[in-house]
Amino acid sequence: MTTLLDRLWDAHEIVRSDEGRSLLWVDRHLVHEGSHHAFAKLSARGAPVAEPGLTFGVADHYAPTRGPAASPDIARMIETLEKNAAEHGVTCFGLNDPRQGIVHVIGPEQGLTLPGLLITCGDSHTSTHGAFGALAFGIGATEVAHVLATQTVWQTRPKSMRITVTGQLMPGVGAKDLALAWIAKLGAGGAQGHAIEYAGAVVRGLSMEGRMTLCNLSIEGGARFGMVAPDETTFAYVEERPFAPEGHALDRAKAHWATLRSDADAVFDRDVTIDAAEIAPIVTWGTSPEDALPVTAKVPSPKGADAGRVAATLDYMGLVPGRALTDVQIDQVFIGSCTNARIEDLRAAAAVLAGRRAKVPGLVSPGSQQVKAQAEAEGLDRIFTKAGLDWVGAGCSMCVAMNGDSVSPGKRCASTTNRNFRGRQGRGARTHLMSPAMVAAAAVTGHLTDVRPLLDGRDAA
Amino acid sequence: MSGWRAHTGMATALDIENVDTDQLIPARFMSTPRAKGYGRFLLYDLRFESDGVPRQEFPLNRHPHVSILVARRNFGSGSSREAAVYALSDFGIRAVIAPSFGDIFAANCINNGLLPAEVGEDAGAGLIHTLGDGQAQLTLNIDTRTITVGDRSIAFTLSEAAARKLINGWDDVDLTEHHRPAIAAYRARRATLQPWAFPAGDTAE
Ligand code: SF4
Repeated sequence: MTTLLDRLWDAHEIVRSDEGRSLLWVDRHLVHEGSHHAFAKLSARGAPVAEPGLTFGVADHYAPTRGPAASPDIARMIETLEKNAAEHGVTCFGLNDPRQGIVHVIGPEQGLTLPGLLITCGDSHTSTHGAFGALAFGIGATEVAHVLATQTVWQTRPKSMRITVTGQLMPGVGAKDLALAWIAKLGAGGAQGHAIEYAGAVVRGLSMEGRMTLCNLSIEGGARFGMVAPDETTFAYVEERPFAPEGHALDRAKAHWATLRSDADAVFDRDVTIDAAEIAPIVTWGTSPEDALPVTAKVPSPKGADAGRVAATLDYMGLVPGRALTDVQIDQVFIGSCTNARIEDLRAAAAVLAGRRAKVPGLVSPGSQQVKAQAEAEGLDRIFTKAGLDWVGAGCSMCVAMNGDSVSPGKRCASTTNRNFRGRQGRGARTHLMSPAMVAAAAVTGHLTDVRPLLDGRDAA
Repeated sequence: MSGWRAHTGMATALDIENVDTDQLIPARFMSTPRAKGYGRFLLYDLRFESDGVPRQEFPLNRHPHVSILVARRNFGSGSSREAAVYALSDFGIRAVIAPSFGDIFAANCINNGLLPAEVGEDAGAGLIHTLGDGQAQLTLNIDTRTITVGDRSIAFTLSEAAARKLINGWDDVDLTEHHRPAIAAYRARRATLQPWAFPAGDTAE
């Protein structure tokens, strides 16, 4: 009768207050430059970091991807993180550390992320780590300060929700399309108050990279938590990572991890089923991730109850109702972010770009320095640069435009990121979200494009 | 932080859905230390033209002294940046009324003494209609979970845990101090039973 959510929750609950809040143990706490507010709160109390050995810092949000920091303010953000980490004895993957990268890429890469753990970070895409069967969620600065001071966090147990994906994904369709499809169906607030467990044969068939993309986007549908029960795919990924258990400890861990799943008769507060066969490559047209349609569709027309919002959105996006989405010309592309900058994502984009030229400029920012090295070993960097795209350093880059990499006002960017919010990639920027393969296709043609014909005779990676 | 039970203030409507935290405070302002004040950054790109001139028609420019904001569904979705709440708070906002809120944003509000009052979709739309592009006085009562506007009263939802925190103005760290022994016992148990849960190379003892 027990869900994976309940198993993980119960295993971390230290006490429960009479109004129903749980005090949970935090196994890993990840901090980044944005955690400066929390460190300031900590020093205002004069408190130490309770568990420096369970706390890890990384420079990502403000990390420069080309040359030095773009401004003194940006450099100061990174220095502040490194200084706070050093003061409190916290391991920090700074700019010159080969382990540096986006926090949600390096956690799994370093073996800090494991099944059965509770992981917090002051970042909403912490749901990514749930792909390992961990309870992972984003928290605000006050909560970050609380975790720093006590290694615990107060939370109310969310409702449980299962999204089962049946059938089979069509060629050229992947985890990103799957995620955007359910968000379009349920709405950007559709899973609010819930923890999602992704299940079904299609999810089982996804690689760890694919599962991470899926869990990463949970928050775009409103869910603070997304997870997948661990299996052999998970174990194989985790083994031999630097901070992962080895030998006897690993055997014990695996025996425990194998129990981390929902019982067959578990009842969820909400149960949703999606047929993978119905999903086509998806692009967003608006300023909320719920504004997503198959690339074969037309720009929607403002009508019905939603007319005002759609009209305002189309105005911001500079789109004409009724036009084919594939007629929308783009100005640039971005391949990067904690959603889609892992090695598999870069391979998928490179498979489309190999031997082709991009019609528009663009940036390819690998999710971490390790991903960068791996991609270079495979020759992917040369595919990108031969196509005319810039191959740059690792970090959040143009996903959030904090480091100076931004999209200019009114410019249109096909992006592998997670948020098409107004101004997210820069003031006035127009963002279309899609998979790495779809971004590569848009780069090749200069407009939104169905990648599938471009994959003919190629291995889709 | 001091707690509160009721608040009477002027309200205005922000008739937009999905006001995400990137809009509440654009990322480029987030390297500012809190002590410098975040109120001027609130909804910056909607409130100001790119040359910094205020957009006169924007509700918060028309009514700069409101302390209550009424908005549409999915308010505060997106990024976990608590700076979004700092911007609201420093502007003088004490409560936001909407049919739904981003989960992390709502938690951040409570931690900063700001009330996310969740109302039914119809009640919210009615309130936005009443306000139009003007402002009106509202009273919010946390104990009774009611919003009073004129002789009308609208119910809102808020969990008991959140209500207690707002009323008492608690800082969770103080509360957690009482549980130090239980936390230490938990840690010791986890280190013995699940040693793999500690990073390799770190001493779990
Ligand atoms: S890549 Fe984008 S979404 Fe991911 S952590 Fe960085 S800023 Fe946030």
